[in-house]
Amino acid sequence: MDAFAQQLVNGLTLGSLYALIAVGYTVVYGIIQLINFAHGEIFMIGAFGALSTWLIFFDGNLALWVLPFMILGAILASVTTAVLMERIAYRPLRHAPRLAPLISAIGISIFLQEAVRLFYGSVPFADFPDAKQRVPFPQIEVVTGPAFQLGNVTIQRSALFTIGALIMCAAGLWYFVNLTKTGRAMQAVSQDPDTARLMGINVNRIIVVAFAVGATLAAIAGIAQGLQVTNINFRMGFLAGLKAFTAAVLGGIGNVWGAVVGGLTLGIVEAMAVQFIPGTFGGSPWKDVWAFALLIIVLVFRPQGILGARVVDRA
Amino acid sequence: MSAMLEVKDLEVAYGKIKAVKGISFDVNEGEVVSLIGTNGAGKTTTLRTISGLLRPTSGSIRFKGKDITTVEAHDIVQLGLAHSPEGRRIFPRLTVEENLYLGAFARKDKGIDADLEAAYELFPILRERRAQPAGTFSGGEQQMLAMGRAMMSRPQLLMLDEPSMGLSPIMMKRIMTTVTTLQQQGTTILLVEQNAQAALKRATKGYVLEVGSIVLSGTGAELLSSDDVRKAYLGED
Ligand SMILES: Nc1ncnc2c1ncn2[C@@H]1O[C@H](COP(=O)(O)OP(=O)(O)O)[C@@H](O)[C@H]1O
Ligand SMILES: [Mg+2]
Repeated sequence: MDAFAQQLVNGLTLGSLYALIAVGYTVVYGIIQLINFAHGEIFMIGAFGALSTWLIFFDGNLALWVLPFMILGAILASVTTAVLMERIAYRPLRHAPRLAPLISAIGISIFLQEAVRLFYGSVPFADFPDAKQRVPFPQIEVVTGPAFQLGNVTIQRSALFTIGALIMCAAGLWYFVNLTKTGRAMQAVSQDPDTARLMGINVNRIIVVAFAVGATLAAIAGIAQGLQVTNINFRMGFLAGLKAFTAAVLGGIGNVWGAVVGGLTLGIVEAMAVQFIPGTFGGSPWKDVWAFALLIIVLVFRPQGILGARVVDRA
Repeated sequence: MSAMLEVKDLEVAYGKIKAVKGISFDVNEGEVVSLIGTNGAGKTTTLRTISGLLRPTSGSIRFKGKDITTVEAHDIVQLGLAHSPEGRRIFPRLTVEENLYLGAFARKDKGIDADLEAAYELFPILRERRAQPAGTFSGGEQQMLAMGRAMMSRPQLLMLDEPSMGLSPIMMKRIMTTVTTLQQQGTTILLVEQNAQAALKRATKGYVLEVGSIVLSGTGAELLSSDDVRKAYLGED
């Protein structure tokens, strides 16, 4: 029982991280049916944005009040990158065959990874560490430190931060999509882009907003990852991005709430597989296998995903 | 005074296929102008080009004296030109009221709620069902919503693409009566129809489109009594 509860906590933590990233895949797909395979890198850039903010303005200071500024820095870095990426790598290919933006995405992804690996340590305006290896991430007080003990279940502080971040982001997203004018315009574009234009909606603007929303959540996920793992690296976006994409497909790509459900499901399945699958196929080394096996099973039996690909929509 | 809408030598193509082959027509303030023609004649293509969803290969479109040939669709609505598209195209998973508010998306004035009231006056069923998702509606109700939504932009010129398509005779009558009501309230209307009888009866002016060209024009009454129109569109010998 304790083992189950412990894995549930671990799964929810991991799942929250996946969910935060998965929203970015799904919200962009819902609007322009593009799988932004460079989205994992937006998550990585977010983590580096937070680190950079800390190094430039707060180096050595681990007080909790620094965290909001790091979040702001992370969001700024991720959103800027995502918006530029849309403008430079995707918009010119909007009417090209579907393979073209996919290849463009892979190019952007490699470009961003290599840019961080090669140049992060040598930017002229700041004294950043070399990022060819993993870089330590500031362990902010209160959100890191001694874990809480609930009976025999251990709850890391960074886990609470991650789950809390997902809850707040989901609430914010719900409000934005359903109750703001821009959010409703987003739903309109995802349901019928031409008719949305007839309403006076600037579709290009809405696409930019979709990229920015996804990037904001990915940036927060980047910080969560930095706090959990205690270090970050230029390659961190690859596996996390792949898992989050899996989560988005699991939940129903295009469906924002599907991304949340898919992320949590994937996280919990992975955690449970580590604990409860016995013998050779059990344990941590096999968790990615089980995660992708789940994807294949869902794609075979319910190709539209758990909640169905209903595009950007209300819950 | 120049016409409210002037279309000149308009040519529109899908790749190599010319769908509209150099048509010219105009719509004056206060008129109901009908554009009739069989399926595939190029009516929808014409409207989509006027509202900026398609780009012409040549020719020009002027609205209230301003050249709008290359203006973006989302900017054209703001000039006072609304387009209620073929097949209604309501947003199925948004509520009636959300659909209506989207019609006023580009507006920044204070009169939006008053116009929402006006739309509900025009079609009381929309008020009853304002919180329902629009996708659950019948064709006639969706058409009312599409027209109400287009009116929410407070247009000077309203373009309707086959509003009577697939409707019961009673519902069709209701929609056509509304066209007259809107005209009386001061909206100029460009009405595209396959249903020539209904469209011409109300038209101050009409144009007959055949495979991308205007083959006949005149007042509504003239066209209704023309032998060609009677044979081709009203199924008489
Ligand atoms: N998206 C499209 N791609 C290619 N051809 C099209 C497209 N839409 C319409 N057409 C062609 O253009 C012509 C005019 O179509 P349309 O404007 O829809 O006619 P109407 O509205 O009068 O029925 C038709 O021959 C039709 O097949
Ligand atoms: Mg048509």
